[in-house]
Amino acid sequence: MADKDIALMAHLMRRAGFGATYEELEARVANGYEATVEELLNPESQPAIERDVLMRYQPQWVSQAGLEGQQEEWTFRMINTKRPLEEKIALFWHQIFCTGHAKCEYPKQQQIEFDMFRTMGMGNFEHLLMGLATDPAMVFYLDNCMSHKDAINENWGRELLELFSMGVGMDGHANYSEDDVKECARAFTGWTVTNSVPRYPYGKYEAAFIYDPADHDDGEKTFLGETGNFNGEDIVSIIAKQPGTARFVARHLYNFFVADEPQVPAWQNTPPRDPEAIKMLEDEYYRSNYNIGSMLSVLFNSDFFKNARFTKVKSPTETVVSTMRLVGDFDMPKPGMNAMTLTIRYMGQDLLNPPTVEGWHTGREWIDSGTLVERINFTADAVGNTSHRGVQNIINRLASEGETISPERLVDGCLEMLGAYELAEVTRTELVDLARNEGELRTGTEEFGQRVGQMLQSIVATTEYLFA
Amino acid sequence: MTSTKKDPVLVVLQLSGGNDALNTLIPYSDPLYLDNRPNVRIEPERVLQINDQIGFNPAMGPIKRLYDEGKVAVIQGIGYPNPSRSHFRSMDIWHTCEPDKVGDEGWLGRALKDLDPQKENVLTGVNFGRGLPRALVAPGVPVASVGNLETYGVLTGIEIEEQRSKALDVFSRVYSPMIGQGPVLDYFAQTGLDALEGADILSTAPSMYSSTVEYGGDVVAQYMRNIAQVHLAGLGTRVLYTTAPYNSFDTHAGEIANHTRLWTEASNAVADFHDDLKEHDAGDNVITLVFTEFGRRVHDNGSGTDHGSGGVAFVIGDAVKGGLYGEYPSLEENKLLEGDLHFNNDFRSLYSALLEKWMGLDAKPIVNGAFEQMDFI
Repeated sequence: MADKDIALMAHLMRRAGFGATYEELEARVANGYEATVEELLNPESQPAIERDVLMRYQPQWVSQAGLEGQQEEWTFRMINTKRPLEEKIALFWHQIFCTGHAKCEYPKQQQIEFDMFRTMGMGNFEHLLMGLATDPAMVFYLDNCMSHKDAINENWGRELLELFSMGVGMDGHANYSEDDVKECARAFTGWTVTNSVPRYPYGKYEAAFIYDPADHDDGEKTFLGETGNFNGEDIVSIIAKQPGTARFVARHLYNFFVADEPQVPAWQNTPPRDPEAIKMLEDEYYRSNYNIGSMLSVLFNSDFFKNARFTKVKSPTETVVSTMRLVGDFDMPKPGMNAMTLTIRYMGQDLLNPPTVEGWHTGREWIDSGTLVERINFTADAVGNTSHRGVQNIINRLASEGETISPERLVDGCLEMLGAYELAEVTRTELVDLARNEGELRTGTEEFGQRVGQMLQSIVATTEYLFA
Repeated sequence: MTSTKKDPVLVVLQLSGGNDALNTLIPYSDPLYLDNRPNVRIEPERVLQINDQIGFNPAMGPIKRLYDEGKVAVIQGIGYPNPSRSHFRSMDIWHTCEPDKVGDEGWLGRALKDLDPQKENVLTGVNFGRGLPRALVAPGVPVASVGNLETYGVLTGIEIEEQRSKALDVFSRVYSPMIGQGPVLDYFAQTGLDALEGADILSTAPSMYSSTVEYGGDVVAQYMRNIAQVHLAGLGTRVLYTTAPYNSFDTHAGEIANHTRLWTEASNAVADFHDDLKEHDAGDNVITLVFTEFGRRVHDNGSGTDHGSGGVAFVIGDAVKGGLYGEYPSLEENKLLEGDLHFNNDFRSLYSALLEKWMGLDAKPIVNGAFEQMDFI
């Protein structure tokens, strides 16, 4: 099996999923790259997480609504799903279409929202925006329930344009005006949620979206140059066809799946890192009638994607989940879920609870001296634990190569097993020297496992390993 | 006092979750207090009186002692206009001094940049706890974030000391060459080396420390002890920050029992810390700020209190002019703000005084504007 096929598959699985063990990579390479992309894009071809198993072991994930329980539930799903892109796309939309636990009447409303991201997240973007506009979590989070025909609240109207569909501008010009924001907000008056049921004595209840025609401003509106008695769905369909929307969606997909872009507020004036790639994605947006899955198919099969290995800094969620998948820990619910999940928060990403509606700053901004230490120590502890099944597998595979292996082979073998990582030459030389100085590597000894564990620890502590 | 002037140091204790101001600084003689708190109240006879109107929660004996020594400024009715009752948003506002838009730079991050513009000391700011509070975040400002001072460091999971030291040696040798390899790698390498250097220096602090003061076993006490250890080690640290456990002061239910425990722990920790510094003759250049993101509803909910506004903060230290600052917000119904105490002191006035009068910095660019400075220093 060619190394480059493994390397490419490892890249695909890091980006379209949460990484894969070497065994999974081999199986997927045998199936072929295009076939793997197809499978990922069609999650229903694989079994879903068994919710009743979760219910049995962790009823609080399902029946209660605390922040940490919900974070555990989602992290567990990401670690164990056989539909990695389904969870990845939900994470993608959660990082853009932010709602926050801190402002959620009934916190499970966010889980309901994430289910929408799972089912609609790779479909038609216009439908997804409609899903978002009628999502009780979002309606409440951005105060659209407080927007009335004689007293509009612009919060949702503005963020729909600025953060969820077009962005403030592109190619140096603005995508919409302040008047467009107001007209947009007017069109969404009457888009509200059912009255909340008092929490006591029966506990919290799901909210439902309702449209209240009596509170809707049905006057004429002019939005992005078009005039009519627009309602919310008209606004969404006008938005969906804008070049700014094609650009925004393309750039977000590129930033999340391909390579780190500047932070979103800079997009009006900072051109894309790879304008041709963005153009391909924009063209597919229109060709496919706004289909996200089609754009992803183009993306994953493109050269710009295949050549973009290690150009993205892993998010805290990606770091923790991919490490657990690699070492094979938490493949069943067990004690310690809470501590493991909290590490994601300590690394700077409090899932379900983004710092603001703008979400998290990504790329290099994930790293500061506190989060870096959390990241390195967590990852090193996991890969250095030779009792983990995944670490055992790595040790056994390397041990099967002969009675002894060379220091170079130890380093290169560990890099392969971690997903075909690559190190700067100076880094690799240091690690080879470290292995050499520790003496001959006899694979039949008990010490060999420790040596492999130590090498894995040194690799995951490098700057190179911060990237995916 | 030593002959050379010591640099001023600021210690911050964040009471996460929204401390109930009404049951902290209690207007015990106001009938409206008793009316509004049929269930969640401190009986007037138990209050540690400051005057014939207000007093401390009975769990705050140690802080009352410091108050009687003239070392505690009590800032009443502190808050900001249009208060947010979201923990996260309100804490963000306190952290960033940006009440209208979402800011990403913390006030102390900016202060650290001014205190150490050349980044000569990677330990100018140190946080105790896991995860860096936004107050300390600013681009290019290294801040160590210490979960456990005794075991803090890079690759601490490697148990065999010899192996760990080899791994750390390799770590520094593979990070150094990344400097200059483009802006992102350069930043990562510098951050990694800063973390390593900070951990190296910090690891010396506990062994240099001895004290007769016995701190409690709770998290706040242990972190205040760590802060004393780092301060006494003379590492040049100017801002030391810690937080009570995540949302612990969010007393929606079972408030009386929980709040009593929380304040017993917090006030013991703060007083032990100041006693510890005094024992080492090292307290004259330290001020401690104790704050929370908001106060709680005036009317109780049966067993606790819900999110409110106007809160109370404390500034503690030898250099502080003790006493009550500002007015106690009125509990009269027509003076409440949506059922909450109305703030009458802006937290940015408090920050401005700490920054200018204590730390010697220009406060305006840090707190985003000119605010009247309180005169507790």
